Amino acid sequence: MKPAEYYMRDRKRHAPALTPTYKTSVTRSPQYALLSLENSLSEITGPTFSHNDIDALDNDLIKNYSHGGDPIGERIIVHGRVLDENARPVPNTLVEIWQANAGGRYRHKKDTYLAPIDPNFGGCGRTMTDADGYYYFRTVKPGAYPWRNWVNDWRPAHIHVSIFGAAFAQRLITQLYFEGDPLIAGCPIVQTLPDADAIDQLVAKLDRNATIPLDSIAYRFDIVLRGRRSTMFENRLEGN
Amino acid sequence: MQYLKETPSQTAGPYVHIGLAPKAAGFDIFKQELGWDIAGPNAKGERIRVEGCVYDGTGAPIKDVMLETWQANTDGHYAHSEDGRAVEDGFRGWGRVITDFETGLWGFDTVKPGATPGRNGTTQAPHINLWIVARGINVGLNTRIYFDDCDNSNDPVLNLIEQTHRRQTLIANRTEDSKGVTYRFDIHIQGTGETVFLDI
Repeated sequence: MKPAEYYMRDRKRHAPALTPTYKTSVTRSPQYALLSLENSLSEITGPTFSHNDIDALDNDLIKNYSHGGDPIGERIIVHGRVLDENARPVPNTLVEIWQANAGGRYRHKKDTYLAPIDPNFGGCGRTMTDADGYYYFRTVKPGAYPWRNWVNDWRPAHIHVSIFGAAFAQRLITQLYFEGDPLIAGCPIVQTLPDADAIDQLVAKLDRNATIPLDSIAYRFDIVLRGRRSTMFENRLEGN
Repeated sequence: MQYLKETPSQTAGPYVHIGLAPKAAGFDIFKQELGWDIAGPNAKGERIRVEGCVYDGTGAPIKDVMLETWQANTDGHYAHSEDGRAVEDGFRGWGRVITDFETGLWGFDTVKPGATPGRNGTTQAPHINLWIVARGINVGLNTRIYFDDCDNSNDPVLNLIEQTHRRQTLIANRTEDSKGVTYRFDIHIQGTGETVFLDI
């Protein structure tokens, strides 16, 4: 395959760096413009992973931190495909997630929320997409929790998702929300996104067909990474 | 013409360690955590350490930041099919780096990368690509670490920076002592001395 550039990231669809209603961004946002680069070898390459890097159970958050039982909470499946903007599957790429437990508490030494730690829930998982870009996690639905921003802010239930893609230019971390959650509309972090359609893209949809009767409710969450031109650019990418 | 749109980014939040570095969050869950061994045991070239701190707009260290590194080996080859040139067995070139929760200091051990091909027949001076996420950062920030003991004068990316004094924000400073070679690379997210961030 000849090297080709990734489509320019559509910054209008992402949040701006400075979003004052999400207060922490005020001192953590660059003031100067980003320097836009055309892709070089440094950007069209990126880390690759294999099944040797992970364990088969890593994508099952109901079992991967079991200390004699299952975690409390609604049993759910989160699944979908990783695609690029050309709707082509992104195979063999690492997907990692982390989340609070069903009570809204993170297993993290810096989280002091009064909801209890669940002894059987770690709250993280990882998997590789298959040849069709498909991935699958089993977990419990995370709880909403309060956070210090405005005095009465609550995060909607969410799962953090990290995706590599095939190149450093595709690297992405985002958050998955759940269809029908009334807290989405008032969340200052969700609302950093200027575009209602972009917000909807972060909402996992109830997937009745994938639900396992008498066992687990399924949510569908497809992830789209930057696409890539199919033609090589005029100027040779590599040296010589 | 109909294309899909890239999934929008959201902040990694304060608890990024749970998913990506759970031992730092305070628990042990995976057989192996990823990204702690950048170069592997067989990498040729100079072994170096890179250390620094990420500062916010008030000048305070950011203590919940996570950085990912991506670099070529000492010959300037990336461990990736689109480079295609050989790297040492076990060389991945990718690292995941978190800060000390008390001080905000971070550091990683690797080998110094070689020069890599740029566009249009140019050569990029040795550099490590960086991606920075944290609470309060809505879209991960990209930048590069260059080295003050290399000839950076013809680097095509540094030379794109119009305000020439800002090029210094991408250059790490070398020191040597009995423990080895360390480069210092501080990152200023905002304000005086703001690091040049890249839209790649």
